[in-house]
Amino acid sequence: MIWLDVLVQGILLGGLYALFAAGLSLVFGIMRLVNLAHGDLIVFAAFLILVVVQTFGFNPFLSALIAAPAMFAFGWALQRFVLNRVLGKDILPPLLVTFGLSVALQNGMLEVFSADSQRLAAGPLESASIDLGPVTVGTMPLLTFASAVLVIFALNRIFYTTALGRAFRAVSDDPTTASLMGINPKSVFAIATGLAMVIVTIAALYLGMRSNFDPSIGPARLLYAFQAVIIGGLGSLWGTLAGGAIIGVAQTVGAQLNPEWQILAGHIAFLVVLLLRPRGLFPRAVD
Amino acid sequence: MSHLLSTHGLTAQYGQFKALFGVDLHIDPGECVAIIGANGAGKSTLMRSITGVLKSAPEMILHNGTPIGALPADQILQRGLAMVPEGRRLFPSLSVEENLLIGGQIRKGSGRWSLDEIYALFPILKERRHSPGTALSGGQQQMVAIGRALMSNPELLLCDEISLGLAPVVIRDIYAALPTIRATGAAVIIVEQDIARALIVADRIYCMMEGRVTLTAPAKDVSREAIHAAYFGAAA
Repeated sequence: MIWLDVLVQGILLGGLYALFAAGLSLVFGIMRLVNLAHGDLIVFAAFLILVVVQTFGFNPFLSALIAAPAMFAFGWALQRFVLNRVLGKDILPPLLVTFGLSVALQNGMLEVFSADSQRLAAGPLESASIDLGPVTVGTMPLLTFASAVLVIFALNRIFYTTALGRAFRAVSDDPTTASLMGINPKSVFAIATGLAMVIVTIAALYLGMRSNFDPSIGPARLLYAFQAVIIGGLGSLWGTLAGGAIIGVAQTVGAQLNPEWQILAGHIAFLVVLLLRPRGLFPRAVD
Repeated sequence: MSHLLSTHGLTAQYGQFKALFGVDLHIDPGECVAIIGANGAGKSTLMRSITGVLKSAPEMILHNGTPIGALPADQILQRGLAMVPEGRRLFPSLSVEENLLIGGQIRKGSGRWSLDEIYALFPILKERRHSPGTALSGGQQQMVAIGRALMSNPELLLCDEISLGLAPVVIRDIYAALPTIRATGAAVIIVEQDIARALIVADRIYCMMEGRVTLTAPAKDVSREAIHAAYFGAAA
């Protein structure tokens, strides 16, 4: 029975990693942009939520709702005025710019918020649990996983049933021909990054409620996000959820065997998938 | 009176390589103009310049007298100039129907063309509407590409090498749609290597060679010898 518990806890943990990864997957899927500042943007969003909590006294969920449009605007502007300028055939300039952004964000947050650990207090929700018979699950991990499923479901609906999603896929396939259809690829990219920042805000909400955060933890979140995206198959949204779950399960299984192996087990699972399926579990047909 | 579209001393280059050397042409509303020429004559570069894929000086291209040479491709489409690009270039991630819908997503225009009308023009597309666009045969893909451009109800339709790589019977089917398209009042520019077909469908022809217009004439009056000279650069 203990292993069933380990499996369930691992899958639920995977929900958090999938939330870390969904925004990265969205941006990569549409514009082949690897955003090295993604983890720091999650931490930045967590601090933004914290500021709203401390300023207005709202609970973290309401604060995230207020932070989300601000993050959308930030993402839109970041893409429109910075990242669009460096997108092109050469993949190096966007990598360098987002790496620079990562460093700048970390140092900026350090300056403003100090190196102290922070947390978003969620009250009784933090320790609440639900008894599911053979296993008992924490309400917070369950809520995180449900949010991840909802986010990925919503993204899929946007991608496959809306005009915006059609434009996302068209510019991803061929930006020049998309522009011949009257679509401005750079505007579409800006909306995509804005949307990714809304998902980043949701990821930040759960990150902040489940664990402590400080300005330096972004790169490790990026690593988990990367691993989930690559395991799932670059650009595949449901694959990202599967990737997150695989890392989560590997970590909980590793921790069960030896608490020191938790993080290492996740990385080993990533390497094994990379060796067996270099394009991930659900690679896009068109790449 | 200004033309629907005109180019004035249009030049274009790819890096150091100059592809167009002062091209002058014009087209009026409802007209069908064919641009013929051998490979490398600059026909596709001309199309790419007109549609904003390649930037030009603003006054080199006029639309109803307004300089549009420096506008990006998305704004050119919004002005009513739609292109069927060489090689079809359907979106692989989109189904046939989505490929058509995206053509009219930004500019719907006021005119005849809607999804139903495109399906009436090319009935096979309705049967295959849920298939990925790129799973279709070459001819069917060309129909999607034409339908996609028509969905914006353009004033001017630019067709770049629509018969390239297709079987003669398929080409015939595609060209059979041209009178219906022209009946809506749209002007059409056709880039074509098949001289005989160009002469049948067009009101006027421009022949290009090495980035220059070497002949312009009404299609019904032009002689074989004149075309031969303009096309190959050899004395007739």
